[in-house]
Amino acid sequence: MPDPSDRPIAHLLRELAPQVLSPVVRRFRDFAAAEDAVQEALIAATAQWPREGVPANPRAWLIQVASRRMADHIRSEVARRHREQVVAEETERLALPVDAFTETGEDDALVLLFMCCHPALTPASAIALTLRAVGGLTTAEIANAFLVPEATMAQRITRAKQSIKESGIPFQFPTAEDRAQRLRAVLHVLYLIFNEGYASSAGPHLRRADLSDEAIRLTRIVYHRQSDNGEVAGLLALMLLTDARRAARTSPDGELIPLAQQNRTLWDRQQIAEGIALLSAVLPKGSVGPYQLQAAIAAVHDEAARAEDTDWSQILALYDLLKRMSDNPMILLNHAIAAAMVHGPRKGLELLGALDSDPRLAERHRLEAVRAHLLEMAGEHEAAITHYRSAASRAPSIPERNYLMLQAARLSEFLSTDHKAPD
Amino acid sequence: MKYILLMTGTKVGVESYLAWSQKDRDAHMTVLERIAKELTSSGEFVTTQGLAGPEEANVVRGEKGGMPVTDGVFPESKEFLLGYWIVDVATRERAYAIAGRISAAPGPGGMPTNMPIEVRGFATYPGPGSDRR
Amino acid sequence: MKFILMMTAKKADWDEYTKWSKGDLERNVAFMRAFSKELKDSGVFVATEGLAWPGEAKMVHAGKNGEPITDGVFPESKEFLAGYWIIDVESPEQAYKIAARVSAAPGSGGKSGSVPVEVRPVLGSHADLGL
Repeated sequence: MPDPSDRPIAHLLRELAPQVLSPVVRRFRDFAAAEDAVQEALIAATAQWPREGVPANPRAWLIQVASRRMADHIRSEVARRHREQVVAEETERLALPVDAFTETGEDDALVLLFMCCHPALTPASAIALTLRAVGGLTTAEIANAFLVPEATMAQRITRAKQSIKESGIPFQFPTAEDRAQRLRAVLHVLYLIFNEGYASSAGPHLRRADLSDEAIRLTRIVYHRQSDNGEVAGLLALMLLTDARRAARTSPDGELIPLAQQNRTLWDRQQIAEGIALLSAVLPKGSVGPYQLQAAIAAVHDEAARAEDTDWSQILALYDLLKRMSDNPMILLNHAIAAAMVHGPRKGLELLGALDSDPRLAERHRLEAVRAHLLEMAGEHEAAITHYRSAASRAPSIPERNYLMLQAARLSEFLSTDHKAPD
Repeated sequence: MKYILLMTGTKVGVESYLAWSQKDRDAHMTVLERIAKELTSSGEFVTTQGLAGPEEANVVRGEKGGMPVTDGVFPESKEFLLGYWIVDVATRERAYAIAGRISAAPGPGGMPTNMPIEVRGFATYPGPGSDRR
Repeated sequence: MKFILMMTAKKADWDEYTKWSKGDLERNVAFMRAFSKELKDSGVFVATEGLAWPGEAKMVHAGKNGEPITDGVFPESKEFLAGYWIIDVESPEQAYKIAARVSAAPGSGGKSGSVPVEVRPVLGSHADLGL
């Protein structure tokens, strides 16, 4: 078992992964087998380098080992083909030829990122393939992050490659006319990876915050090559400005702390500064997209020294803009909260009414929780208690459930002491 | 999203299962093994566990004199958890479909058991899209 | 030897749980967290899961044409699994002792409960299914 203190090796390998995959793919023209071979080379390095030392040219070492595995794979496939016709068809089925892996002058990692966020893939598949092929994470690490067995995750990745092949859509760096759309897919996948890591920083299954770090790292790679693209900068800024609050989001006991109650001295000022700088550089450039807006909202929160200093008017204005670009129910929910903070809880509750019939709001617990909070603000305590309890029963995680039940209990206690007759 | 598929049975139900022929039990297990392999192949399998039968169940209710208070006597109607599957799927409907397949696994004479399977969500796996703070 | 420790509750109990006082909730949450940590520190912890509220629970069985048939109506008396721990210990007695510990978790009304905790051996794992 590799020593966790071999972190520098692990980091080196993750950075090298796409730089090794690209030349192997170019040489052998079969992405699926090449990606498997590179995985094996990375695992071999993880086992050998701590003992034998990092080679003088680590990239060359990995390319050589991966190429040897590819050659072995081809030899054994050819031998099998001579023995059994059926196997040839299997190989054919699984082989994922690269349609065009020409020299693009782009960063290897960037090219692979664009290729792996392929339109034929579901978000879950694209995430798994991207984390392995581009992120250089091992199957075991990805499985661990998503809390499934390694064999299951390995199959997800194999199937992802199969889906790409079966789609008939070329597996290549997108042509100029497809690039904008593919970039959107890439950003979406990175956003989902970040969220997966961020949402799970509480609860009994910890250490998934690494996913957030990985998302930021990969987004930086995109930003490095597309720094003038507003949405790329916006997404990176959003991640940094959100991640900055990570330490304050959960108590040492693992319980959730809402934004209004977080200890802001625990926020990472460096990440906040970087996020704001990114936004400042790109916002004046004109057409503003949803990631930039969400980042701007996060920036307004992060700039407030205390919760009560938050500039809710600005946040409301930003949500007004965001609403026009997206009818995502979560945005509408947050818009209602901002409206309540500026115009009073009644206004917020009125806006929530529109969401009641929205079938898409899978997170009804969130709607119930917000309603409860606004009812409390409006002084309708009995109703607030009912909705806190209802929200608790729908909460998708125990820390959220506990938080909501405690709100109900707190309010219930407040009511009973409030109504006690004076002595 | 992860779901748990719970298979329960009463004491009588378990006894009747034990009365199946070895052949029928093997056929049943073979189908379950196949489902597990397919779910691994589809990237949806998380785990499955079988539990020992009701005769090995004990309920513990606190302590008395430093010793756990245990009781192994249950009403005839009690539903015992016999085993469970955990799957990671894209939709709730897919979880129901998998449960349906397990329920259709053959029993005596090769007829589907049609056993009822309870499908539940979790509160310990954090979900994507959870409130970002 | 692996054992599963299970806690169940009827729908009415689940509903009651949301009405516990702040102090009772905090004590129970703290206890459960400490309990899981103890299991981990003593090396017996294998797994723990909390299940979602039974409001969305469905019973499914095989329909005639392969379509699953779902039913969301349950009798009031139905016991819904709330959560479980899987532990790896030397003996059943050790498993009962651990179960007794969690059974005594602080409950509502400030009382230490004696919540029934069912203990049963776990039969192997999916390794038995050739995976």
